[in-house]
Formats: sequence, C-alpha cells, structure tokens
Amino acid sequence: MKNTLLNKVSTVCMTAALAVSSIVLPSVASAADAVIDAEPQVASMRGTAPLNAELTPNPMEKVENNDLKRQRDYPQQPPTIPHDISKYQLDKNFNKCMDCHSRKLADEAQAPAVSVTHYMNRDGEFLGEMSPRRYFCTQCHVHQLESKPMVENEFVDVDELIKQSNQRAKK
Amino acid sequence: MKLTRRDVIKAQAAATAATVAGISLPASASNIITSSKANKLTWSKAPCRFCGTGCGISVATKDGKVVATHGDEKAPVNKGLSCVKGYFLSKIMYGKDRLTTPMLRKKNGQYDKEGEFTPVSWDEAFDIMEVKFKKALKEKGPTGIGMFGSGQWTVQEGYAAVKLMKAGFLSNNIDPNARHCMASAVGGFMRTFGIDEPMGCYDDMEAADAFVLWGSNMAEMHPILWTRIADRRLSNPHVKVAVLSTYEHRSFDLADIPAIFTPQTDMVLLNAIANYIIESGSVNQDFINKHVNFREGVTDIGYGLRPTHELQKKAKNPNSGKSTPIDFDAFAKFVKTYTFEYAEKMSGVPARTIEKIAKLYADPKTKVMSLWTMGANQHTRGVWTNNLLYNIHLLTGKISQPGNSPFSLTGQPSACGTAREVGTFSHRLPADMVVKNPKHRALSEKIWKLPKGILNPKPGAHAVKQVRDLKDSKINAYWIQVNNNLQAGPNVNEEILPAYRNPDNFIVTSDAYPTVTAEASDLILPSAMWVEKEGVFGNAERRTQSWYQLVNAPGDARSDMWQIVEFSKRFTTDEVWPAEVLAANPEYKGKSLYEVLYKNGNVDKFPLSQISPDYENQESKEHGFYIQKGLFEEYATFGRGKAHDLAPYETYHSERGLRWPVVDGKETKWRFKEGSDPYVEKGKGFQFYGKKDGKAIIFALPYEAPPEVPDEEFDMWLCTGRVLEHWHTGSMTQRVPELFKAVPDALCYLHPEDAKKRGLRRGDAVKVQSRRGEIITRVETRGRNKPPVGLIFVPFFDARQLINKVTLDATDPLSKQTDFKKCAVRIEKV
Repeated sequence: MKNTLLNKVSTVCMTAALAVSSIVLPSVASAADAVIDAEPQVASMRGTAPLNAELTPNPMEKVENNDLKRQRDYPQQPPTIPHDISKYQLDKNFNKCMDCHSRKLADEAQAPAVSVTHYMNRDGEFLGEMSPRRYFCTQCHVHQLESKPMVENEFVDVDELIKQSNQRAKK
Repeated sequence: MKLTRRDVIKAQAAATAATVAGISLPASASNIITSSKANKLTWSKAPCRFCGTGCGISVATKDGKVVATHGDEKAPVNKGLSCVKGYFLSKIMYGKDRLTTPMLRKKNGQYDKEGEFTPVSWDEAFDIMEVKFKKALKEKGPTGIGMFGSGQWTVQEGYAAVKLMKAGFLSNNIDPNARHCMASAVGGFMRTFGIDEPMGCYDDMEAADAFVLWGSNMAEMHPILWTRIADRRLSNPHVKVAVLSTYEHRSFDLADIPAIFTPQTDMVLLNAIANYIIESGSVNQDFINKHVNFREGVTDIGYGLRPTHELQKKAKNPNSGKSTPIDFDAFAKFVKTYTFEYAEKMSGVPARTIEKIAKLYADPKTKVMSLWTMGANQHTRGVWTNNLLYNIHLLTGKISQPGNSPFSLTGQPSACGTAREVGTFSHRLPADMVVKNPKHRALSEKIWKLPKGILNPKPGAHAVKQVRDLKDSKINAYWIQVNNNLQAGPNVNEEILPAYRNPDNFIVTSDAYPTVTAEASDLILPSAMWVEKEGVFGNAERRTQSWYQLVNAPGDARSDMWQIVEFSKRFTTDEVWPAEVLAANPEYKGKSLYEVLYKNGNVDKFPLSQISPDYENQESKEHGFYIQKGLFEEYATFGRGKAHDLAPYETYHSERGLRWPVVDGKETKWRFKEGSDPYVEKGKGFQFYGKKDGKAIIFALPYEAPPEVPDEEFDMWLCTGRVLEHWHTGSMTQRVPELFKAVPDALCYLHPEDAKKRGLRRGDAVKVQSRRGEIITRVETRGRNKPPVGLIFVPFFDARQLINKVTLDATDPLSKQTDFKKCAVRIEKV
C-alpha cells in the first residue's frame, strides 16, 4: 500500500469517469477537486482499478464439468453441481435434473439420488414423490465456474474443531 | 458404440483420482467416532442475514465458530428450507479480509484526505470523528452532518441511531438505504391506507388461486417464498401464475401467463385492469360503498432530479402528492381510456394476455395474490404504481382475507422492522409518525424524556439528497453503516464518488468488509455482523424475530450499536442543544448525550442479570445493563396500543417470530378484517383504521412517461438488479467461494438479435455507456435472463463493474426512491 499514488481526478487517465454526452450539469467547484487514489488500498473485491476507472473484465470462465463429487463444508450443505446444466430444461413442464437424480433413475445414471429431505412437505411429512417445494433445484444447488475466488475464506471445518477438542482432552 | 456423458465422466473421474492418489488424506478425515462431548454442536436460531423474506436459520456453533447453517424446520416462514445463500451463511463471517481494526487515512501521522489507510485505536478513531462532527455542527448546524444507515441494521441499532441523530444532534439528516428499496411501498401504504406494511401475510401463499408478479423476480430474489408458490401451483392444477416483467427471467419457468411489458407501462396495465373490472360489472359494490373513498391525484410531478435539471424545471407540480376527492363515476371515466387495445399498444402485451390477467382479478371466485418489489418501487412513479395495485384489490374487495392479498415484498431483512417501523427515514419517527407533526414530536419527546419542543420539525435530507448535499459541501461529516452506497447508489460517477471524495467532507464507513464505499471513505470502522451480536429483524410479513450473540466478532470489530452509543459519550448537551432549551431545562445542562439518550431510565432499565446465561452479550456487559432489551422496550412503547403492538422482548427469544400487532399474546395474520385484527371494531367487517373514517383510497392516476427513454444516441433500456447467489453488492456472498464460483462476474444480458446487430458474440467485452458514465462488461446471450430486443440487464453485485456509474439518479418525486430499472444506454464493442 505504500506505493499508492494519489492523484486529482483531473489528472488521472480515466476510461470512464466523465459524462459521455453533453448534458448540462450544475457546476460544483468541490466535486472537481475530488481526491481519488490511483489504485484501491483496501477494497479487495475491486481488483486494481481505481474507483473512477473501469478495467476490461476477465474472460468468461467455463463451467467445471468433471462430475467429481466435491467435499461439503458440513452435512447440511446442499452439494454444488459438478457438471454443466446450461442446456437443461427446468420449468413447470419438465425437470431435466430428475432424469438422473430421481430415486428411480439414479442407479442407471450413477448419480446421487435426491436426499430424503426432498420428500418432506412443509409439515415435515414424507410424500410419495419429491415435494413440489423442492422442484426448482437451482434455488439451492449451483454450478461452479473455473474462476478463482478473489478472497480466501477461513471457515473452519467442524472436523478440525473436533480434532482440536480431542487433542485438548488427551492433554 | 456411442459413449454417454456419464461414461466419459466416469473415465475422467478415475483418471483424476489416480493423479491425486499420491496425496495422503488429512488426519481429520479419519473414521473414528469421537466422544459425545467433542461431537456435540450447539444449535441456535437466527433469522437469515439476507433478504426480506426472513427465513429462520438453524446455526451450529462449536468452540466459538459457526460451523453449519440450514433452514430451521420450526420456522413458519421456511419450514426447513433455505436458498443457496442461506445455506452458506456459515461462511459469510470468515472472509480473510474481515476488518478487525479501525483504519484512518493518514499522512505523516496525521489524518489526511489523501492519506494511506492506517490502523488506529477506537479512541483515535472517535477522536477524529468527534473533531469533524463538532466542526460541521458548529459551522452549519444540524444539517451539516448526516448518517446513512440500513434496512440491515438490527431494530436496536436503527433505533439507537435515530435517537443519536434526531434526539441528540437534533438532525433529521438520517436515512436508510431502504430509501432506495422500500420508500415507494411506504408511500403507497400511507397514501392508500394511512398505515404502513402489508395487511396480509405469507399464509396467503397456501390459500391463493392465482399469483400475479408485477415486475418481481421472486424465483431469484425471494427464493423461499417462491418455493411456497411453486408448492401451491404444482400441487393444485387449478392455480394460475402470471409473471409480468420487462424481461424474461427465472420466475417465468413457473408462469402460466407470461407477459413482457415496455418499461413504465405497468401503470397502463393496472389502469386497464381497473377499467375491465368496472366495465365487466365485477366491482364489489358493497365493499367500495362501505370501505373506500375515491380521489384524483395531481399529475406532472417531476422526477426527483436536482432542481436545476431541465426535466425538473419543466414539471408543473414538482413533488406534489396532493389529491382531490372524486366519486366512483369520475374514477370510472378516468380509467375508461385504458382499453386493452390502448394497453397493448403502450405495453406490447397482447390484449388477450391482459384480459387473462384481468380476469384473475375480476372473477369473484378466484382468490388472487399480487406480489411486487423493486420493479414497482424503484420506479419514478413508484408510489402511484403501488396505489394502482391497491386499486384493483379494493375495487374487487380482494384484500385482508386468506389468499386475497396485495403483497408488497421487502428487499432487506429489516427494511420493515428497522427502516420503516423504527422510523430511520429522514421524515419519520417510530410507529409511522413523522417529524412534521407537532403531536408526533411531542409524544416522542415524552417517551424519550427530552425537553419539550426540542425535536427538529423539518424533514432531513433523504438518501439521494444527502449525496447531492455532500457533493455541494452542505453536509461535511457523514457516517455510513451497513450499506455499500458507492456500489449500490445511483449515478456513482457524477454524484456519489465526487461527494465522498470531496475534500471538504469527512466520510466514515462502518462495515465488516472493505467495500468500495469503505475505500471511498476517510475512516473505516470494523463492524461485528449478524450472530456476532444480539439483535432483532422485522420481515415483510410483519414478523419480528430475535437472535442471541452466538460467536464473538474478530479483533476489535464492534457492533454498529456499540459504535453509535460509544460515540454519543463524546458530546454534551451544551455543545449540541440550543442554549435557550438548556436555560429553560437546566436539569439537562452539562449532560453527555449518552446520559440523555441511553442512561435515561428506559434504555438502562434492565439489569445484566436478565441477559441469557447461555449466550455471550459483550455489549451489555460493557455498558453494564441489558442494552438490547432496553432499546427494544423503549421503542416498543411507541407502538403498543397504536396498532403496532410488539410482544415483551423475551418472547421473541423463544418464538420463531410473531407478526405485529401482537395483542394479548396473539399475533395478527390479516389486518383490517374483523375477526382477524383486534383493532377492527365489532360490526365493521373491514376497517382501514389508518384513515380517520376507516376507508381506504382508490386513486385516479394516469400513466406518465419515464424521465429518460432510449433514443438514437442511447438506444437501449438498462435494467439493474440482483442475482440469486449474491446479496446486494456481494460484500458477504462474493467472499464465499462456492457463491463466488457460481456467479463470479456481472454480465450484460442481451437479446441475440441485438448482439448480432452490433457484431457481438457471447463473451465479448463491451462498454455499457449512458450520459453519466460507463462500465466494461461481457455479453451474455444465453443464461437465466432473456431480455427482449432493446433492453439489457446488468446486475450490481460485482465491485469490478460498477454499473451504477451508468444509472440515473431520478427518483419518485413523492417517495424519493431511485429508479434503478430504467435509463437509456448504448453498448459498444471494446
């Protein structure tokens, strides 16, 4: 952060800071003197672009499509989708996901069948078929792109805490 | 033989497994059963941190960490379900860049607007804040300072903030970001019913025969309520779902009646439906005779732009909400021009489709629920559009009964609870009261134990005006809490960025993470978030929900409430109250604002012995009294006996929330209806008691064009909004790897023909330009949103693509809420 240069708006080379057409604006002296850093100091999700300029975004990433099951952060976490679903029909007429993930077809597809909770209605009773309130899979299950997260997450898995707890008990 | 995808994948999986075979498994992945003690998790309840649905969440903690979250089976809102964001709540507090210490821009050891962010102590942070706020107050008085809060404040935080600003500094320059989100809904309620918030509740979703979405994309923005509607629709074949929007989105996947309308013409469609109800003889005459008045509103009211703006100067009745009484016949005549043919011409929706939707309302046997949020509220005629929505329910008497429900959905988790009920708006006081009304001020002064006549009667600057005042150097000391306005506010390029970086101003931002707003500030204060503190939220169905502090915040991060209350200790009444008030009330002389506002015998009434022995409560321990309870109970005094009754504070710790008014321990599901609302007098049937004569108002209001429409130079409509996987500006959800990887970048959703016309292909980088600014993004011609030709959708969660540099800061002139859903842009290949 030490090398951060500070510049006046008027001297920064900008791609986007000013109006692109001739609309009349009230002249405000102070606004022209706005002090804006040449590069963000703390805003991790902003990347390297100063607040008054925009960069060209990364190319669109592909969907991770290797079908490898991913570890869950905890047992209740809905598994993320390890394949491409971009061409799937998922509307009131048809649910493509259930072609492989329904109880009756999971063996043929070797896909995980939807869990037991998916048969429960609002009152916690088990239905014969999947509960309609679970019909739109993508409200909980999401695909993953090959993008790399910009900020690390330091969530600690409960297994690690149990291990630490057991080690403390041994001492 | 043709290989299936599955076969290929199996082979790939085996190969990948082989390549990682050399890596040993971590020891923790052992298969040994541990002792029951080590294995035990503590499960507690908390409302979700994200949208206004207010799902109950079960939160597991262990050794001071949140380790799991899922939908609470006992919560009536969601009954065990949660959307993908809710399931990942467990990770939102653990982004590596959590703010853990105050940071001040410094040069050579001193504060400097052009300085480097440097860690400082809370004392040093409050020292400089004190200097800057005192200077602004001295030079400009109460209008020289400002505070921008949030519908994500807890009830107690918002209430503490209102007290500090309105009762302490005597400044009404406090507004929540809910101004950008729910102000038009509030305006609609107050104008039609004289009292805020929905009359119905979520139980309507299991009772309705038809659902009509007016510009709302519930499938993504209120996913758990959408599961209730999907459940109802798919379980009951007679149920119909109509989805109206300016572009096709995920909610259309359940639509029986889909309709794409030209932006702003929802008003035409609503008037056309009112006309159909009348012409087809479907008016509930008995209901309107007993319970409804008719009025005609003043028109040509401007667009909430700066007074110097050409469009604003042209308006005949700028900002006027006036109306005059008319009768039913005059109303019928008023809407008569809104035929289906005219509506089709204006909106692009086929007359046949409009008729299908109109019949859902007109047929007395169909129980119909209308649902809307930002499409109707973020609208330069948002209040009017809310009024028009109520018109069609009032004409048919389809209101306040199970399944018959005009339902204004809420964006934020406590936009209702904190922003609206507590009254953190610049013109409001708690329980729907307003600063302009001398009786309301007198009552507030009494409850707050303040000298008579001290409260400021002049409404303060609302969200957009605060920014204009900062840019114009009228506000010089400014405190932002729980929002990211530099990313979420309108016209960032011309207004918000120059306002915050104006050398005359000192900007403070309290947040859990370093957002772009924090970046544009001069002092950053680290905030405790969600279950790192005890609090209360109020959801869209009037449900008040509380939670305990479940874990400690990292480092020196402290709750927004603690920050507000601590800052109050820095000021004495002699410094901020008029000398004549103190001369007349000498007992207040020399007192700190902390003593006057929070050690006032109300807020400090409940001893520490009343906090839960099972949970931490750092704030109360530090203050020496149960501060969350004290603030809540003093606040609740405003609404009890006035149709906003809240239960005793402790009740909320054991209940999964209760819907106010809570009278004699019973919540209220349907307001204004005899038998379900205790405030309705016997024999009335219905009583809209927000109005003196108990009658709601049907408003005659015309279609008026939006301030900016596509032309030759800027030939496309731009609509902005959220996505399912991210909450607002993504400051929490973008730090959850699974959510980031699900939707990492904002994209420009575009019709393939519009792409082709411009020589664009999916994935190309493009500039999205308006008269105000531009961003660079990438083209998406497939995917979940399918705009019609001539319209693009770009979400605002991505800090690297500040789409609000492009949007227009036009507002509804009555509610002052920004229209983020329509302005004119052009797109160009980079």
